[in-house]
Amino acid sequence: MTAEVNDVAIRAQGLSKSFGAVQAVRAAEFTVSRGEIFGLVGPDGAGKTTIMRMLAGVLRPDAGGILVDGVDVGAEAERAKLRLSYMPQRFGLYEDLTVAENIFFYGELFSVPRKERLARSTELLDAAGMSPFRRRLAGQLSGGMKQKLGLVCALIHTPQVLLLDEPTTGVDPVSRRDFWAILYNLRESGVTILLSTAYMDEAERCSRLALLHGGQIRYCDTPARLKQAMPGALFAIASPTPRALRTAVAGQPGVLGVLLMGDRVHVRVDDPARRLPELRDLLAGLGVPDGAILATEPGIEDVFVALLGQEAPT
Amino acid sequence: MNEGTPAIIAEGLTKRFQSFTAVDRLDLRIDRGEIIGFIGPNGAGKSTTIRMLCGLLRPSAGRASVAGFDVEHEPESVREHIGYMSQKFSLYGDLTVRENLRFFGGIYRVPRQQFAERMRFAVAMAGLQGREDALVRTLAGGWKQRLALGCAILHRPPILFLDEPTSGVEPEARRRFWDLIHDLAAEGVTILVSTHYMDEAEYCNRIALIDRGRLVAMGTPGELRGHRLGGDLFEIACAPLGAAVQLLSGTPGVVEAAIFGDKLHVVLGAGGTSAADLPRLLTAHGIEARLPRPISPNLEDVFVQLVSGKQEERAAP
Repeated sequence: MTAEVNDVAIRAQGLSKSFGAVQAVRAAEFTVSRGEIFGLVGPDGAGKTTIMRMLAGVLRPDAGGILVDGVDVGAEAERAKLRLSYMPQRFGLYEDLTVAENIFFYGELFSVPRKERLARSTELLDAAGMSPFRRRLAGQLSGGMKQKLGLVCALIHTPQVLLLDEPTTGVDPVSRRDFWAILYNLRESGVTILLSTAYMDEAERCSRLALLHGGQIRYCDTPARLKQAMPGALFAIASPTPRALRTAVAGQPGVLGVLLMGDRVHVRVDDPARRLPELRDLLAGLGVPDGAILATEPGIEDVFVALLGQEAPT
Repeated sequence: MNEGTPAIIAEGLTKRFQSFTAVDRLDLRIDRGEIIGFIGPNGAGKSTTIRMLCGLLRPSAGRASVAGFDVEHEPESVREHIGYMSQKFSLYGDLTVRENLRFFGGIYRVPRQQFAERMRFAVAMAGLQGREDALVRTLAGGWKQRLALGCAILHRPPILFLDEPTSGVEPEARRRFWDLIHDLAAEGVTILVSTHYMDEAEYCNRIALIDRGRLVAMGTPGELRGHRLGGDLFEIACAPLGAAVQLLSGTPGVVEAAIFGDKLHVVLGAGGTSAADLPRLLTAHGIEARLPRPISPNLEDVFVQLVSGKQEERAAP
């Protein structure tokens, strides 16, 4: 029992929250182990931000309980705050303060002793590759650098649990790689990370994923097992005219879903043994050679679309 | 603009902000009906270029014409022939769908007798039939985004500039948005779209990769994927990934090592460490590793290769 408690970084039980008539989160339950990178993915309005704000203790759940690092967030919000850090989508950096001043400010906010603050900020800035920019105004940093500075500020009090709401939105691929390298190092030093993302390649990097829809956690597992759970089998079909191909395949018997993937089309079918010959016949008529149809492993995006299906307007 | 004239031409297009050169002698030639993906690091000059092409910002040097009009000397004519959608969508949250469309219809001077038809088209395109009287702030991101696109094309511009139109929008909504873009291109609309999503770059006819204001590469997604990475690319499953990257980054012969999903992408140069050595090297350092397999580079690999190494912080203007 003790061992189990020590291994659990976040436990959410029966978490619910409504805003007026809208049920933003409905009976969400999950457990995140220490050292995990746990991803929340789902369409806009699925409840990702609401869950994260409840975990951070800035929003009170209507029902349910949350333990962060063994501390009850509802009952002991102040104690919980020392153990976690929350980086919202728009992290409050002071654009007219320098990088160093922003970090100093957040150190003050989290009551980090002055001496410790200096050592910690030097270490974090080095790790983020930002030491040369300590005197630059935060307002003059690029998007990727701002996100890194937000992360440094969020880490100044050495939290055990890090909550990141879409930390890399609008950040270019090179900066996203840098950002993830920092996350992996944190994870290897024992920090638990829970984040939301709209990038499917990032979802793939998480140790486990919760797929949310309509305020509910519909699926929660490792990326590999979610892929196994995807109904049907997948074919990748290369084509110089992928859009025409998609139109031709959509709605054919046994075709469960069709996704455009650049110069390929991913076709999900109910029964591959039966549908492959049918697809070949159909596509031969369109000049697609047999060899262009290959069985393929699903990516998280295929799984996401297959399991969650279509969105709804609000 | 006659049929043969390129929709967009830039020659030596340059923009300086004091001592900082945001866009540096950019040359572009974009044909009618093309979808051009504009990709590059934050601060590379994408938005600045788009603003110059829209006639919103004066070039410091060089010239550009859009729809046959000079951006510096005929900005009014340029703006009549383009649609522009920024990252922030620029919709009014406290106005309804209909009111937003009416507002933009006014700005773009859509003739009164055509407005009803144009509005029906925009509403249908956004999938907002029956929700014309909903306040825009109550709509989810994907709908707002499609409405913003609808507003940007109310006056049927032949050229469309989209500056990170899908930032922060979930995958399914992004796909629907790209279907709309392709429908427009099929009707002959020329589209220049900037994005950080490499999967979206794949949907473009050609990609312009820009770094520090310079055009670094331009070609079809296939041509860019064929770019030499300075070695051969391998994928290797190993754990823990962070430690593996650190180890390999300092290993002779390793040109690049990066985490990609739950695996590593490793570029190996000639004469150094061979792919067969990798598992032994990793396990010797307590890292579990499977056998590496050669893979062909994707756009992100190429992007990282072309812009990293020379990446240092640049100030946004």
